[in-house]
Amino acid sequence: MATTTSIAVTVNGTERSAQVEPRMLLVHFLRDELGLTGPHIGCDTSHCGACTILLNGVPIKSCTMFAVQADGQSITTVEGLTRNGDLHPVQDAFKEDHGLQCGYCTPGMMLAGAALLASNSDPSETEIRMAISGNLCRCTGYQNIVKAIQRASRAMAGNGAPERGKTEGGEA
Amino acid sequence: MIPAAFDYHRPASLADALSVLDELGWDAKLLAGGQSLIPAMRFRLAEPTAIVDLNGLAELERFEEADGYLHIGALVRHATIADSGLARERYPLLADAAAVIADPLVRNRGTVGGSLIHADPAGDWGSVMLAYRAELAVRRVDGDRIVPIDELFVTTFMTSLEPSELVTSVRIPAAGTGQGGAYEKLERKVGDFATVGVAAQIALAPDGTVGAVGIGLTAVGATNLRAAAAEQELLGSSADEAAIASAAARAAAESNPSADGRGSEEYKRDMVRVLTARALRRSVERARGTV
Ligand SMILES: Cc1cc2nc3c(=O)[nH]c(=O)nc-3n(C[C@H](O)[C@H](O)[C@H](O)COP(=O)(O)OP(=O)(O)OC[C@H]3O[C@@H](n4cnc5c(N)ncnc54)[C@H](O)[C@@H]3O)c2cc1C
Ligand code: FES
Ligand code: FES
Repeated sequence: MATTTSIAVTVNGTERSAQVEPRMLLVHFLRDELGLTGPHIGCDTSHCGACTILLNGVPIKSCTMFAVQADGQSITTVEGLTRNGDLHPVQDAFKEDHGLQCGYCTPGMMLAGAALLASNSDPSETEIRMAISGNLCRCTGYQNIVKAIQRASRAMAGNGAPERGKTEGGEA
Repeated sequence: MIPAAFDYHRPASLADALSVLDELGWDAKLLAGGQSLIPAMRFRLAEPTAIVDLNGLAELERFEEADGYLHIGALVRHATIADSGLARERYPLLADAAAVIADPLVRNRGTVGGSLIHADPAGDWGSVMLAYRAELAVRRVDGDRIVPIDELFVTTFMTSLEPSELVTSVRIPAAGTGQGGAYEKLERKVGDFATVGVAAQIALAPDGTVGAVGIGLTAVGATNLRAAAAEQELLGSSADEAAIASAAARAAAESNPSADGRGSEEYKRDMVRVLTARALRRSVERARGTV
């Protein structure tokens, strides 16, 4: 025990190898080993969604998975939404619509929103609210977060950007 | 919080998983979605010295109708069922429940098998499977057996499975005409565990009376409960309002809720009555094809 296991994970499009203790949570691996502080830790009980990442394009809580389980998988953090310095339409829209206040929930909200738009390019307000229902925000009252995801949906429909939205961040 | 240290095993096949499990016995825990086990390990409520990760074992991901059953592999995620056209069209009780379990992030990881074996009386699948009279296909290194859902739950967080046993799938009778089901869940907020939940599944006989009925109750006892007296009350009736009301009253009487932050005993018992009536009404409507 307390031995380490080697893992190779594609994180935001780049393969990263590391030695990890099996008990290391994925969120700690991303933050402490890779320096990706986009995934936040907002609770100890798997409730808040601040740690949301995309696992093979699917949003999950990175505090409720072990880093060893990510071996051979592809992960996108909020850092990976940006491409060549350009913000993802969801990130742009959060800026435009003031979809954040303290910012603690924001990486998770953006990833949940981007994942929704990748599978449903024209979601209803209810579908948006359901898609972010695992992500808690103490500040905004959600109104501007929903507005921002709606704006991103329109932007992606209008400027040919859906291609990027459709792919998970890693391979875009 | 950080879990206690453990050895990590990722078996390449079901056979490998079974032999690792057989070798390690009580020391090992199977890891499916991890949405109950990992939080428990973080609180050190569970300190397994070995983890056997089932993720990636394709044998456990089956979701199909065959031989008169719908087979739900143990690793089928809640989200897979929530998104399934087959579930929506033919197994509305499954679709209803999948959509209200936890939040979308948890649903993307959590599995049917893990949920049943976690045996939380507030878990939703247990009631659903009681209503469907489901059976679990269970394997160990030297054999297999079928466990009827009524023989699974021993008490809170405890099932009748041996540590060397693994659930491969859950099967429910394939849907037929004149059948319908529904899940009703009362929760304080989206994503919360049930204050009370009720699963109902009904099959109408050709003369329109109730030929078969299953009712499962969530969060009102030490395990998910079968509302057996309520089922008896409804069986053979014409499923009219009067029959539904007396079945619902029976279900409330046979439930065994405890007071907690989600409500008093009395309140929860009455919610069993209200939700049972709603679930039965919707099941009957669906069975008659009127919705
Ligand atoms: C925030 C939050 C909210 C939730 N809300 C709800 C809710 O509203 N309703 C609800 O029903 N659940 C809820 N859950 C629990 C969730 O549904 C879990 O996914 C589920 O209970 C356990 O499934 P799992 O696949 O994650 O199992 P795991 O956590 O991986 O395992 C649970 C147990 O089952 C055992 N096990 C797993 N697979 C097998 C197998 N194939 N054979 C034998 N043993 C096995 C494990 O060893 C462990 O003991 C919630 C969880 C969280 C974190
Ligand atoms: S840190 Fe709160 S859910 Fe992961
Ligand atoms: S902006 Fe502060 S928690 Fe959402």
